[in-house]
Amino acid sequence: MLTKRIIACLDMNGGRVVKGVRFENLRDAGDPAECAREHARQGADEIVLLDITATSGKRQTLLQAVRATARSLFVPFTVGGGIRQVEDAAAVFEAGADKIAINSAAVREPELIGKIAGRFGSQAVVVAIDAKKVNRSFEVFVASGREATGLNAVQWAREAAACGAGEILLTSMDRDGTKSGFDCGLVREVAEAVSIPVIASGGAGSARDFIEVFREGRADAALAASIFHFGIENIAQLKSELRAADIPVRWPC
Amino acid sequence: MIAIVDYGAGNLNSVKKAFDYLGAEVVVTDHVEVIGEADRIVLPGVGHFSSLRALQGSGLRGALLQAIAAGKPFLGICLGMQWLFEGSDECAEVAGAGIFPGMCRKFPTSVKSPHVGWNSLTLRPGSPLWRGIAQGSFVYYTHSFHAPVLTETSAASEYGLRFSGAVDRGELFGVQFHPEKSGEVGLAMLKNFCEV
Repeated sequence: MLTKRIIACLDMNGGRVVKGVRFENLRDAGDPAECAREHARQGADEIVLLDITATSGKRQTLLQAVRATARSLFVPFTVGGGIRQVEDAAAVFEAGADKIAINSAAVREPELIGKIAGRFGSQAVVVAIDAKKVNRSFEVFVASGREATGLNAVQWAREAAACGAGEILLTSMDRDGTKSGFDCGLVREVAEAVSIPVIASGGAGSARDFIEVFREGRADAALAASIFHFGIENIAQLKSELRAADIPVRWPC
Repeated sequence: MIAIVDYGAGNLNSVKKAFDYLGAEVVVTDHVEVIGEADRIVLPGVGHFSSLRALQGSGLRGALLQAIAAGKPFLGICLGMQWLFEGSDECAEVAGAGIFPGMCRKFPTSVKSPHVGWNSLTLRPGSPLWRGIAQGSFVYYTHSFHAPVLTETSAASEYGLRFSGAVDRGELFGVQFHPEKSGEVGLAMLKNFCEV
């Protein structure tokens, strides 16, 4: 039986894993390769490394981190942050990533999705969507949430899938970092609109939140960062709670 | 020495990395002679069935068929396993090796496609690849087309229907999932392949 995936996200700044709320008050959470290995050992089904470094020299730091992480990580490994063209994606794959995540660049140039998928396969292309509730619908934001696009999140997810995306990583900006639960309404709308897997992100605070997003939100996978880094939620413990609620998960892991 | 066949499709790094981690001697190659000299052959592959077309013009197809006929241990991963069948509806004009009968087909519309994630295996005990692997172990899949269940099916998974997660015949093995991405379970399978 296909299981629901628990994905650990590592936000990286200048080669170190960091965690803060909405990119503020960043705290050091360790070395990316070590963090990734530790999360995998605890039972994470997948690792996402997002580079949020804003300074120059970012590219080499990212590639070094990807190389070091990939060397001893044997679960799917997705890398995102600043991938703007096919060559950026190629370098990240060359360094050992299995999938890349693109966000702003895909909105600016939807053809980029097909270009990367054409060369590396759709399974390697994750389109990340940051959505925020505006009036009654969900609007897509880019540039780390600073820039409104006027695009509707559900429509954009459909278009991204049609362009060749293999998965959608859907972040609720309203919930991100709040630990108040996933936005199940948003996740469900998108999950029902596309045939590719949808990864829910933003708001994870407890095992109950994961149960809800898999049940009510129809998510295929759920991603979290801070609750794993600081040991608030142990992944193995989380999975045993999911099992008790009859959510299929990889076990033992 | 293990030869990982490079026919220009997708990303072969993760497969090489896993064998490196296991301490196996491994080369990524598109040379027929290197494949001829190798003790073991791995045919990886992700993406579209049409990328297997590259095997045809290059002499690689003949070299692989010859190695399989000679009984050299061979592991096809994902598209590499699908190639062992007659073909795939994904690209009907590219022929598979036809070693196993049947075509690879789409999943039924009752389930989302592609099939992505960790799914459990119903193992047929006795395959050397499953040495030390527990019944019901989870492995990582990512694919839109699936191979039929045959008498040579050594592991099956369920997703809208029952399909071949793995096939084997003698020293010839195919796995639809990605052992290189399936954690400790996958590494143990690759290690078993190194010892076949």
